[in-house]
Amino acid sequence: MTNRSVTKTKEQVIETGLFVVAFMTVVFLMLILGFLLTRAWPAVQEVGLREFLTGTRWMPSSRTPGYGAFTMIYGSLMVATGALVVSIPWGLAVAIYISELAPAKVREVLKPTVETLAIFPSVVIGFIGLVVLAPWVARTFGLSHGLTAFTGVIMLSIMALPTIVSIAEDAIASVPQEFKEASYALGANKMETILFVILPAARSGVTAAIMLGFGRAIGETMTLLMVAGNALSMPTTRVLGLPLPNFFGSVRTLTATIAIEGLDVPWGSLHYSSLFVIGGILFTFTFAVNLVAEMVMHRKEV
Amino acid sequence: MSKYWQQKLFTIVVSAAALFSVGVLFFAVYWIAKDSIGVISWEFITDMPRRRMTEGGIWPAIVGTVYVSLLTMVFAVPLGIATAIYLNEYASKGWVVRMIRLAIRNLAGVPSIVYGLFGLGLFVSTLGLGHSLLSAALTLALMALPLIVSASEEALKTIPDSFREGALALGATKWQAVRHQVLPFALPGMITGSVLALGRIAGETAPIILTGAAYFYPLIPRSVGEQFMALPYHLYILATQHEQVAVVRPLAYGTALVLLGLVLSMSMGAILVRSYIRRRRTW
Repeated sequence: MTNRSVTKTKEQVIETGLFVVAFMTVVFLMLILGFLLTRAWPAVQEVGLREFLTGTRWMPSSRTPGYGAFTMIYGSLMVATGALVVSIPWGLAVAIYISELAPAKVREVLKPTVETLAIFPSVVIGFIGLVVLAPWVARTFGLSHGLTAFTGVIMLSIMALPTIVSIAEDAIASVPQEFKEASYALGANKMETILFVILPAARSGVTAAIMLGFGRAIGETMTLLMVAGNALSMPTTRVLGLPLPNFFGSVRTLTATIAIEGLDVPWGSLHYSSLFVIGGILFTFTFAVNLVAEMVMHRKEV
Repeated sequence: MSKYWQQKLFTIVVSAAALFSVGVLFFAVYWIAKDSIGVISWEFITDMPRRRMTEGGIWPAIVGTVYVSLLTMVFAVPLGIATAIYLNEYASKGWVVRMIRLAIRNLAGVPSIVYGLFGLGLFVSTLGLGHSLLSAALTLALMALPLIVSASEEALKTIPDSFREGALALGATKWQAVRHQVLPFALPGMITGSVLALGRIAGETAPIILTGAAYFYPLIPRSVGEQFMALPYHLYILATQHEQVAVVRPLAYGTALVLLGLVLSMSMGAILVRSYIRRRRTW
């Protein structure tokens, strides 16, 4: 009897212990969020969130400091969006090829190969951008240097590719065989089946892939720090009178700003606090993107 | 254009995209390798950097990267495996479990530089650990956690339920079943998954810049309270921050190749071992 209750207690202790450890992940996330908020609060109070989100003068260490982070928000959104414009069609095509067109042997090799791209350290991708792509960009487009948003976009699209391929391929592969057979039976060819039956059926997974690819792109630091030029400017150009982002100018992203300024900033200063505001903006972006991806994925199951 | 040609064109475009992605991978390796193979020598690997890093080798950066990655794993692997065991073996469906899963997915999505900022704020300054191996490893451990949880859960999912049921039917308790009938078979998968995570972590730069990697520290750290050099940060410095960028370019190439070789060989090794285990499996 006592032996049994000892065993029972032991079981209870183990289960509770495992639960506590698992629940730590929630605690960690809350800790990160809470810490960002408390450290960002002094700057938000002093400067105002509005100035951070809409101001364009970022000079936190100047005698007359400016805390406008819009320039960096613009830079981050510009390169992340640009990267997706490249990597969505590219990634979807690769995913379609892997799950629908490739012979079994090719498929077995191709998916891990594309996923190997995700293992490349971002600093190595940045280095390749710096020594290979940037000089080419400068030469080809007649620029004084190749450290532009365009260079960042290309390198970033390579980094977002594995995320998009991996998740989109899972979604496409899980479309039931019957859908395809029904489509073929109605006389559709392979292309029509893929474009009008399979992709629409896999749309929630594809949407999630795009969202997570965006999260990956907006959070990338090293590559953009090395190739996007880091100029605090919002390069624009006019096409038919419309102001559009100029991808051949240099930009600085939110992530690069933290990396550049985080090391020298005096702890506890308003500048220090303002970096946490930037961290908070980044956290909000990726949190929202993950949440949407999560919701879209769950809708599929219902 | 006839339907036939449309389909042909579609196939060509899609296949070209796939081929191109493989091409990018091989060109990336090729571009690094062709200019760095001449730099790699025994001295380059085992020597200290000398003359303001314009000469000598990268030994402290290699050791630093190995140290910080291993220390990270010491924190992250037990936590990650325990979390995976709870989620896969014990958790019933409910809002708490959904919250845990949501937290893990969100931890995986937090940008690496935000981890760095958090590590700077909490470990380096508030807890007073300073710029050190310990601060960097704790920061990286938070990043590695979601990777290890999902790899370990994957490994646990491959164990058939009959293993658990067999043990339970013979009167084993839940933990006895997990401990003796599930974990031994899931362990190889968990370890290879952790090595994959290790490869990712070893290449991270952004979080360690703010928490402990040193610009120049030509020593082998002897305690977790010291700063350290690391391959990714060293590459970043040689590529963009050094006062004589052109002079140290060959060293940057060499560092890139060593880093890439380290990370890829770890990951490839883990993937090969994993597929070997899968093939050898008899159930």
